[in-house]
Parts: sequence; structure tokens; C-alpha cells
Amino acid sequence: MNLTIATLTARALFGRRRVLLLVPMPALLITLTLIARSTPADLDDWGPIVFGQLGLAVVLPLTALIIGSSVLGLEIEDGTITYLLTKPLPRHEIVLSKLAVAWGVTTLAAAVPIAVAGLLTGSAALAAGLAIGATVAALAYSAVFLALSLLTRRPVAVGLVYIILWENLLTNFIGGTRVLSIRQYAASIAEWIADTRWLPANLAPATALILAALIAVAATAGATTRLRSFSLAGETS
Amino acid sequence: MTSTVELASVSRWYGNVVAVNDITLTVGPGVTGLLGPNGAGKTTVLHMIAGLLRPSQGTLAVGGAPSWRNPEVYRRLGLVTEHEGVPGFLTAWEFVLVNAKLHRLPHPEAATRRALDIVELGDAERRRISTYSKGMRQRTRVAAALVHDPAVLVLDEPFNGMDPRQRLHMMDLLHRMADDGRTILFSSHILEEVEQLSGIVQVIVAGRLAASGDYRHIRRLMTTRPHVFVIQSSDDRRLGTVLMNQGSVSGVELVPDTGLQVRANDYGTFTRALARAARDADIRLTGVLPSDESLEDVFSYLVAQ
Repeated sequence: MNLTIATLTARALFGRRRVLLLVPMPALLITLTLIARSTPADLDDWGPIVFGQLGLAVVLPLTALIIGSSVLGLEIEDGTITYLLTKPLPRHEIVLSKLAVAWGVTTLAAAVPIAVAGLLTGSAALAAGLAIGATVAALAYSAVFLALSLLTRRPVAVGLVYIILWENLLTNFIGGTRVLSIRQYAASIAEWIADTRWLPANLAPATALILAALIAVAATAGATTRLRSFSLAGETS
Repeated sequence: MTSTVELASVSRWYGNVVAVNDITLTVGPGVTGLLGPNGAGKTTVLHMIAGLLRPSQGTLAVGGAPSWRNPEVYRRLGLVTEHEGVPGFLTAWEFVLVNAKLHRLPHPEAATRRALDIVELGDAERRRISTYSKGMRQRTRVAAALVHDPAVLVLDEPFNGMDPRQRLHMMDLLHRMADDGRTILFSSHILEEVEQLSGIVQVIVAGRLAASGDYRHIRRLMTTRPHVFVIQSSDDRRLGTVLMNQGSVSGVELVPDTGLQVRANDYGTFTRALARAARDADIRLTGVLPSDESLEDVFSYLVAQ
């Protein structure tokens, strides 16, 4: 972890208009929770929609995608990556510093609002479950989207395909795909802690934790390897 | 030598396109210009030297160590790329300081002060980079590349987009750094820049090293191309007719107030024949000046080959 890189990454992130994209989603989530709470409807009815289908399935991965693809991706795009690459720094230090910022900001911008929404239902256990599940998933998501920004020129498009096609469509039809769905990790951990049954989760909490960690490690290792051989093409390319 | 850049049979291709073709060269302390038209492969060569591109073939070393996948090389190497990549939300002071910290220098503030003093940004260094002119950004980037006092400084088209005054300033800067024993390697497609800056050139045309060494020396090697001399004598008109009979002379022109402008095919033969011919015709030579050919001439000649 390199504090200089982390500070600069955070400054760059918050200095762009792109960061404003992060505001509407948590606001919508909390507003919906407040509206639902004021109706006579049962939490078991609206909980799965607000927390499962909106919070964990949309707000969390989209926030992680916007941030994870930006922390290194924007520097690659505008060429400022050069000043970072031409330093005698181990490449894993660069990747880990970027990941730390992505994880931290995603947690702040998505996991915290989701937990706050959970708290509004009056259940501290639900809030804790959502907070921990979303924070763990935020790490895996951030690592994957950060790696994507090094592997493809269109990390946002590829990330969206993963979120929409894999996590939200395929997992409904093909059970096996859930093993590689970060959303499933978040839901499984949240359900276990909150002791609810209505979040659509299908994995044992231990399995979810281990898989999330494995994905984060694999993606970070991949990103580091890729950065180590990062090529800056010349005019002739 | 920690400041020597060595390329041995280095090639780089992108798919089927050969960008750099079997280049061998050594760059030592002093200022060296890497010359060639756009698309000749200059940036590819510089990026390979700076460890940002893997040579497809051949070996490349900076201070004896390979630069590809070796971040340690950046302790003695600084790079200024062609395209502007400076975070505009920082001031020059902040940006250079960040670079100093990333190098883990023991006294980052002092190093930043020193680097910024070299490029002389003045009060502007506390302003956001997004408000800078192109020349100021360029100098900021030079300061950032210099902050760790590298033995080797690589600059890609450093004079691009600079006005003549900024250009002069930058040239002066590069010379001062070279005087301190650094190796300065810069690229350019504008030959005047190199001519004013440096005697040593490496000319790249279509990915190949077309010429290498002192540019006047290279010029002399190209004996098939006319050399131009300006000659003053006791009788220019008669000397002109005498010289036209010499095999080594391909053209003579009388230039009012200047003298006789002579185009010679062969440097050595002509200079020997001139003295003899003048003596035989009893003409007194008062001045023989090889006109200082511009690199533009050398370059267009090389490209035409």
C-alpha cells in the first residue's frame, strides 16, 4: 500500500464529474426503503426487491464498476499512467493501492447506504448482514473491475455484460453459474448474518467467503502481472 | 557506465508491421538527437529504452541492465513522453512532489525545489497545471522526470508545440544537464532543433538506423551528394570557368556580394583540386567556406536514398 498513490487516486476520483453518478443510486435505495416502510406491506414482500434485486444486484455492482474501472483505467486512457509506471515501484504496490481506494470508496458509496437502508427496517441484524455481505462483495467486485481495466479497452462494457448477463440472467437458469457470481456471495453472507430467508442466496457462507477471497486474489494477481508487462505503444502501432 | 544506453540488434514489430528493424546503437553522456520523419519508429525506440515496450528481438540495456519488466531501472532513468499526461487538477509543485515521493527520495521537498528551479516555472508552480500553456506543461513534465536526478533522460519530441523562446529555453536546459554528465536522448522530426542542440545524431528512417554519429561527419560520408562551398577569390568569374572543368564540380553560380557558390560531388577530391586549379590559373583564393549544411538537407537526402 502506497499512501501517495492512494491519495492521488482518491483526489482524481473525486475531482471528476463521474463521481456524481454515484449519488442517485443510494438515494433511490433509501427513498424506496422509506416509502415501503410507510406502507402496510410486509418486509418479507418488499425486502427481496429493495435489498436483493436493487441493492445487492444493481447498486453494489454498478458502483463497484464505475469506481473499479476508473482508479487505474482513467489513467491508462489519458496517458498519465506513465508517471506511475516510470517509478522504481513493485507493480503489486501500485495495484494494491488502487484496489484499496476502489474498495474503500465502493464500500462508502454502496455498502454503507445499503446497510443504512437495512437499518431503516428496524433490524440491526439485517443492517449488519447487508453491511458485511456488501463489503466483502465490494472487494471482489473492485478487484475484478480493476483487472478488467488492464485487460480490455472497454472495462465498463465487459463489466456490464458480466453483471447483467451472468449475475442477473444466467444464475436464474443455470445453478452452477452461481458459484462464480459475486452477488451470490454478498447475499449468502448477508442472509447468514441477518438470519433471513428471502434474499435469493444459494451458497454456504463459508463457501461464499472463500470464493470471494479467491476471486479477489486471482484478479489482483492477474492485474499485477498485466501491469508488469504494460506496453505503451508508439506512433506506429 | 550507469549512464549508457545500448541497443543491440533491436527490432520491434506489431503483427506484420515492422516498426523498428535491427537497430544497434550506443548513446553515452551528452546530448544526442534521435531523428526521423513521423512514423519512422522514434517513439517505439524511446519507449523500448524506457521499458514501456518489449523489444521483439535483440537486447537493450540502460546502465547495463535491461529496462523491460525492471522497475529498478527508473532509479537512473527519467522519461518525458510526447503526449501530455499530467493530472491537471494538481499544481506543478504538487505533481513534482508526488513524483519525488514515488521515487522514495529522502528529501522529497528539497528535490522538488531543485527540479522546479531547473525548469524555472516561477510563481506558476503553485497554480493548477490545467491553467498552463503547452510549454509550461512540458517543463513541468521535465521537472517531474528530473526530480530523482537521473543519469539518463529520455525525451520524446520535447520541442513540439513550443514557441521559439520556449524552445531556446529548453535547449539551454538540456545542454546544462548534459554538461553535468547526464545522457540526454531526445527525438525530433524537425532537423533544425537537433542542429542547434547537438552534434551527435542518430537518424532513423522507416524503422532502420540510416545514419549515426556527428552530423557533419555523416554529411562528409555521403560523398555522392553535392557539397556546397562559398569561395571568394581575386577573380570569381574566371575561377568559375576553371572550376567547371574539374570533374569533382557539378555546378557553379556567381552570387553577387557573396562570391562563387560551388557544388562539388566529392568533398576530398574537390578541396585538393581547388587549390591546384587556382594556383595554375594564377587566381588568389581569399576565402573558402563550406556552407554549413542544415540537417534538413542531410535528412531529405537520407530519406531519398
